[in-house]
Amino acid sequence: MNATTSDIVLSVRDLRIVLDPSGIEIDDDVSFAIHRGEVLGLVGESASGKTTAATSLLAYQRRGARIAGGHVDIEGADVLSASRMALRRIRGGIISYVPQDASAALNPALRIGDQLMEILNEHSRDSSRRAREARLREMMAEVLLPGDRSFLRRYPHQLSGGQQQRVAIAMALANRPKVIVLDEPTTALDVTTQAHVLETVRDLTRSYGVSALYVTHDLAVVACLADRIAVMYAGRLVEIGPKEELFVGAYHPYTRQLLAAIPDITGERALHGIPGYAPRPGQRVPGCAFTPRCTWRIDRCETEFPPYAGPDPDHQVRCWRWEEVKDQPLTAHAVSRAGAGEACSVEKTVVSAQGVVAFYQNKEVLHGVDADLCEHRCLALVGESGSGKTTLARCIAGLHQFRIDGTIELNGKALARESGGRTRDERQAIQYIFQSPYSSLNPRKTIRQLLAQPIDIFFKLDRDEREGRMVNALDQVALDASLLSRYPEQLSGGERQRVAIARALAVEPTVLICDEVTSWLDVSVQAAIIELLAKLQRDTGVSMLFVTHNLALIRSVAQEVAVMSEGSIVELGPVDAVLEDPQAEYTKRLLADTPALPPECRL
Amino acid sequence: MSGKDDASLSPLQPVETLEPMEPLGDVPLEAKSRREWVQTAIGAWSLRRTKVGVAAFAALFAIAVFGRFVAPYEPDEFVGPPFSVPAAGYWFGTDFLGRDVLTRVLHGGLSVLSLGIAATLIGIVLGVSLGLVSGYARRWLDETIMRMLDVVLAFPSIVLAMLFVSILGPRLWLIVLMVGISHMPRIARVTRAATVELAGRDFVRAAVAVGVPKRKILLFEVLPNISSPLLVEFGLRLTYSIIMIAGLSFLGFGIQPPAADWGLMINENRIGITVQPWAVVAPVVLIGALTVSTNLMADGLARAMMGIDRDTAVT
Repeated sequence: MNATTSDIVLSVRDLRIVLDPSGIEIDDDVSFAIHRGEVLGLVGESASGKTTAATSLLAYQRRGARIAGGHVDIEGADVLSASRMALRRIRGGIISYVPQDASAALNPALRIGDQLMEILNEHSRDSSRRAREARLREMMAEVLLPGDRSFLRRYPHQLSGGQQQRVAIAMALANRPKVIVLDEPTTALDVTTQAHVLETVRDLTRSYGVSALYVTHDLAVVACLADRIAVMYAGRLVEIGPKEELFVGAYHPYTRQLLAAIPDITGERALHGIPGYAPRPGQRVPGCAFTPRCTWRIDRCETEFPPYAGPDPDHQVRCWRWEEVKDQPLTAHAVSRAGAGEACSVEKTVVSAQGVVAFYQNKEVLHGVDADLCEHRCLALVGESGSGKTTLARCIAGLHQFRIDGTIELNGKALARESGGRTRDERQAIQYIFQSPYSSLNPRKTIRQLLAQPIDIFFKLDRDEREGRMVNALDQVALDASLLSRYPEQLSGGERQRVAIARALAVEPTVLICDEVTSWLDVSVQAAIIELLAKLQRDTGVSMLFVTHNLALIRSVAQEVAVMSEGSIVELGPVDAVLEDPQAEYTKRLLADTPALPPECRL
Repeated sequence: MSGKDDASLSPLQPVETLEPMEPLGDVPLEAKSRREWVQTAIGAWSLRRTKVGVAAFAALFAIAVFGRFVAPYEPDEFVGPPFSVPAAGYWFGTDFLGRDVLTRVLHGGLSVLSLGIAATLIGIVLGVSLGLVSGYARRWLDETIMRMLDVVLAFPSIVLAMLFVSILGPRLWLIVLMVGISHMPRIARVTRAATVELAGRDFVRAAVAVGVPKRKILLFEVLPNISSPLLVEFGLRLTYSIIMIAGLSFLGFGIQPPAADWGLMINENRIGITVQPWAVVAPVVLIGALTVSTNLMADGLARAMMGIDRDTAVT
């Protein structure tokens, strides 16, 4: 984008945001500008301060946070010093906001037509009612929703997630703002819906010259949408630049490592996690906060945070060694694939599901599913939310609470429906790792107590043997034995998920079921967990059922894949074959909608 | 309920020794205390209402427990004519039989307080047990337990207590038991609601999946996670226990003469209220202050519990 300073719509200078009583910094020294009609992607991991920085463009802060300094100018108007009345005109008038979760942002008691009308009434009082109604239909058309009366009379809960998000976008665009702030608007959506929403956003910004700030934790999502990308780490902007430059040769070590951590659907790049985790506000080290995880660190990094530097005003970076980083070519990572291995035969089947029909209350959610998991192999179960993939996994684990027809066999022996009806050996053989490590670990127990629970059930061990087994399990997931006396909330999300994995491995299962185990984690941590699971599966020979919604992940961990849709398996086969030459219509669509990094941009 | 948690629930613990309040909300995770009830108590202590409540309760507790050692007379000793107004020798006057009001006030608090605490503990134990079972079992067992508790709930608690006391006679154990039982349904409801929420959590499912027995799941997975609402409930129920015990004594169903008891004193001396108001006013003020102090503490705990920002874990 060859922009001159004259067409800068919004500029942020030296923004500093702190927690109110404690003065702990959330954001510090954040500066960037957005040009007319440009989409700026603001990327960062959780707790990097990206949302806080984004809402401050509207001079809004959540409770407990305070804007302590800096300027936000939108076309010459200083937003942060605006009066209450002026702010009312600015918000929704010249800058508007699309929240992360539209289902929570829309008023459930108001029809969507009334909610949209509210915005128009507030900001264009002088126009006639007829003009406003015409504008309302126009808005709906812009976001590709039907504008007829019956649709406008619906309540938010009568719309799908994607439709709700479109309504929220329509609301944000109602008064033709100069800038629109989108705060992870597609995080809660399926890939197919996400692709449609992204397309809508791109078209609208192009056709109406609206500038956008798109906040996300997922570089792949903005890779194709954004013109420029700003990367935040621990409350500071570490790099900002045109996406073409950023993707082929980022100047900051963090940006480079973040890119390597994004799962690649083509399988041409190996997945590399970043060790450690992003510090939360208050835990940040002096100097550059990335220092502890950085492979380029020098002594100076620990004391001083580098100023903005870079080849041109459009591409800025904050690293002491950016010129050296820049000159190092992007390493062509060795492709590490889970491998094809030998074919699966009937004798080697560990878990076999035959004609499984499962109900949720009285509704049939699985319609006769057949799937086999082979010894020492990993089967990925892929599908969008509501496809029944988790239900199938829970049926196998004995955690499904409603009716199941059909049979699930372990080593040729039929399993009882609920874990309570299974033998001790059967319960030991199948271990389940839950989606969220924030809810799967009892907050009142130490890591030692958490690990001891399954061990005590399945083994008769004395104190030292038990302790040894726990230390060993933690060692397998690359955690230190000193964590044993900690509580879960003293650990980061990635560490908690490692503890959950250690808990499952400690009892030497033959089948490990991983239910969306990375969906709650940051990209850099997700990559590390995937690497770990693939390694553990190779080393221990455990058979693994890997449930995920993210097609891009499976190449790194699984040999076979089953694609599920609406309670049935629509395609089943070796990973490479399915990803490279999908047969089912549904798989093709899913593949097309999965966001990819340039040059495979699909938008 | 583990012994450790019992101790923590008791308002008699010296709350003053707790660490100074940390800023709640956006504290980095590491800085958070690992025990939720400690967190709640620390949060509560930062509120002025809790400090006032704790101070008042401590003072009244001291009067009830140690007052008898500084009382000038024996509680059943006649020191002057009935309904004498305050004078030298009896600073708060005498009661309807000519006994020293000050002495009887200093002796009369222990029964209300100890019976109140005992009744609350009984209510908590019964209510929590039923609530845990009911909330975890669901289906028919849940329905059976909750509908039976609804029957108990249908009686106004004081009527329920009076019914049994009038049949079996005014025995102390019976009063304590009946007051405890009258608390049971409400405590069970609070516990059940919290249990239902926790039973759906993944760590409970994880325990089910490896075959942990139900009893252990309830005691070691669920119970420790509901200590905060139970702490609030204890404070609240203690207030009601004191009111009910004093009320029963006033109505003649509780502590029997000639024992010194604040509730009973109000009843005995109310006929002389125009002549010698102190014999009624003193116990009334003390009972009032006691209930207000326990209520302030419960309120502080409830506010602290609701104020905890649980969302700091995930963005």
